[in-house]
Amino acid sequence: MKQFAIRRILYTIPVLLGILVVTFVIARLIPGDPCTAALGERATQSACNAFNKRMGLDKPIYVQLGIYMADVLRGDFGNSIRFHRPVSTLLLEKLPVTIELGVIALLLATIIGIPAGILSAVRRNSTTDVVTMVAANVGVSMPVYWLGLMLQYLFAILLKDTFLWLEPGKRLSAGLSSIPFYKAWGLGISTTSALYPAVEFISNFFLFNSVITFDFVVLGDALKHLILPSLALSTIPMAIIARITRSSMLEVLSQDYIRTARAKGLVERMVVLKHALRNALLPVVTILGLQAGTLFAGAVLTESIFSLAGVGRSLFDAITGRDFPVIQGFTVVIAIGYVAVNLVVDISYAYIDPRIKLE
Amino acid sequence: MAIRKRKPNGSAPILEVRNLTTYFYTEDGVVKAVDGVDFFVRHGEVLGLVGESGCGKSITSLSILRLIDRPGEIVAGEVVFEGDDLLKKPMADMVDIRGDRISMIFQQPKSSLNPVFTIGDQIVEVFEIHEQADKEAAWEKAVGLLRLVGIADPESKAHTYPHQLSGGQAQRVMIAMAMALQPELLIADEPTTALDVTIQAQILDLIRELNEATGTAVILITHDLGLIAEMADRVAVMYAGRIVEEVEVETLFKQALHPYTQGLIDSIPVLGAVKERLNTIPGGVPNLIDLPPGCRFAPRCRAREEYGLSICTEVEPSLAEAKPGHKVRCWLYEDHSGHDAPLKPREAKARKKDRP
Repeated sequence: MKQFAIRRILYTIPVLLGILVVTFVIARLIPGDPCTAALGERATQSACNAFNKRMGLDKPIYVQLGIYMADVLRGDFGNSIRFHRPVSTLLLEKLPVTIELGVIALLLATIIGIPAGILSAVRRNSTTDVVTMVAANVGVSMPVYWLGLMLQYLFAILLKDTFLWLEPGKRLSAGLSSIPFYKAWGLGISTTSALYPAVEFISNFFLFNSVITFDFVVLGDALKHLILPSLALSTIPMAIIARITRSSMLEVLSQDYIRTARAKGLVERMVVLKHALRNALLPVVTILGLQAGTLFAGAVLTESIFSLAGVGRSLFDAITGRDFPVIQGFTVVIAIGYVAVNLVVDISYAYIDPRIKLE
Repeated sequence: MAIRKRKPNGSAPILEVRNLTTYFYTEDGVVKAVDGVDFFVRHGEVLGLVGESGCGKSITSLSILRLIDRPGEIVAGEVVFEGDDLLKKPMADMVDIRGDRISMIFQQPKSSLNPVFTIGDQIVEVFEIHEQADKEAAWEKAVGLLRLVGIADPESKAHTYPHQLSGGQAQRVMIAMAMALQPELLIADEPTTALDVTIQAQILDLIRELNEATGTAVILITHDLGLIAEMADRVAVMYAGRIVEEVEVETLFKQALHPYTQGLIDSIPVLGAVKERLNTIPGGVPNLIDLPPGCRFAPRCRAREEYGLSICTEVEPSLAEAKPGHKVRCWLYEDHSGHDAPLKPREAKARKKDRP
């Protein structure tokens, strides 16, 4: 198992190098250039030359790539062209927002999608089944940005002044702030300390931070703000998970060993939840891993719509601003996340199905 | 072919199936898989249920345990087990009976075991369901059962998964699971069809040993008459969703009455006999959606042509005693005066002889 994991991690190195090169190239294929994005349409040629020289953009592309790769291998993603701050610092700031949103969305998708799929399969062709599957088909066809806007319109505008009202964006209500745990605990960690980026990163997970500091006002408020964006983000994965669970469950329920389980005297509930579900889960887990990609893609739109300062939003801004180091750094981190999730998925196969040996 | 010496048959039936009717409501029409089946099983006896593929044997056995899934439905009949009609029981009671008082083994042993649990866990589960046994004691019992059914090194085998077993071992595990609580009735649905011939013999020996040791009655479902001869005390022959003949096994092989049974027996290859071709019954089992009127075997029946009976294709005969303890569903043995064709002399003689 350990060997398998190590080998899989080694395999991802060429993948990540490939991603570095591809994002480097694609970023530069976007029409427009960093100079006009940063200095404006009317920037003079000489101002632009100076800008490019300062940013190292005057060198030939392959030299730029070489320098960039060398920097990345040292753990340096460079500085943002627009903000003049290290990309790694930006990442530490933005990642928690996206991870929080993504995890909540994936949880929602799983805890609603899987039971919905099971119910549909067990009561196939019933009204429950038809309604669930129609909902799933509608859900899977709804673009995230459209759904996000509709949710905002419904909950922030139409339901204004009712108890169902929800704010259309941001992480916390005005006037509230999440007090980082190290401050709440009275740990004197200065901004220059080596620990500072790490504790800052952790405290940026508002949910986690408010739980460990027992700040339930912030926890409740943060959760309330997460409802709409995570709902928008989870709809497509939820629908896909429900459909895969249903079809996988239907197939498993017709297997001989299900008949054996019934013949043994197991009640139907246990037949489904113990004997069928574990067998039906394999394709669902695969899809779950692949949905991580959909979530990241959806996060770009969701974060933009709901004014969340996460990786997706920053990436979107970086692309419009031709902020090459940010585009590259963020994309690589997203890719690492995707690869990591799928590694976890592959390892979990062996736990779900003993026939799968990880070699 | 050794015919097994049968047991004294005075004991009362443990299971009586009456007019069991199971239909499948498919898009193409209603499949009458089991259409008014009657038979009974005595305490401790082995009843063979024999017939071609698709004649309703398996559906009959699944119907007894009410394991019929949609689009199938048991539409009529009674399954009286120890005085109670199983078809009228609430599902909660039915679930208690399954695996405890009536258990079942299947044709494909390897796919009948759940691939994600160890075989030990799957046997232990039976004790957990029906006895609320503690895990450790149940595990000990499971290992004991594995030893009983002839699994070598049962302590470590209990920790293996079904994919690590051979077909024969898997069927032994299935038998261990089925016999765990010493049921009163074991339904074995083609238990050896998927196995090698040598393994077949071992599994049959095991079932017979358990039957003799524990007194568990067995319904042995098979298409293999050889197996019936070796194992069964009594035989019910099924054709197109109906029982067509029911008798002690010795009588069946010596003096089968139904033309279908006669055809089946004729088609058994005899070791050493040189034949260009094996005897066969022409045609196939009728479409169970669109059954012929009259006797379901009539379109394939040579005797009908031989005796020139026209009633066969018009009115269905009933399952009646042609001789004491020998039931058959055929116009050759049933009085059809009042219907058209008169009996031919040969039949009349046969019928007279048969009557006491």
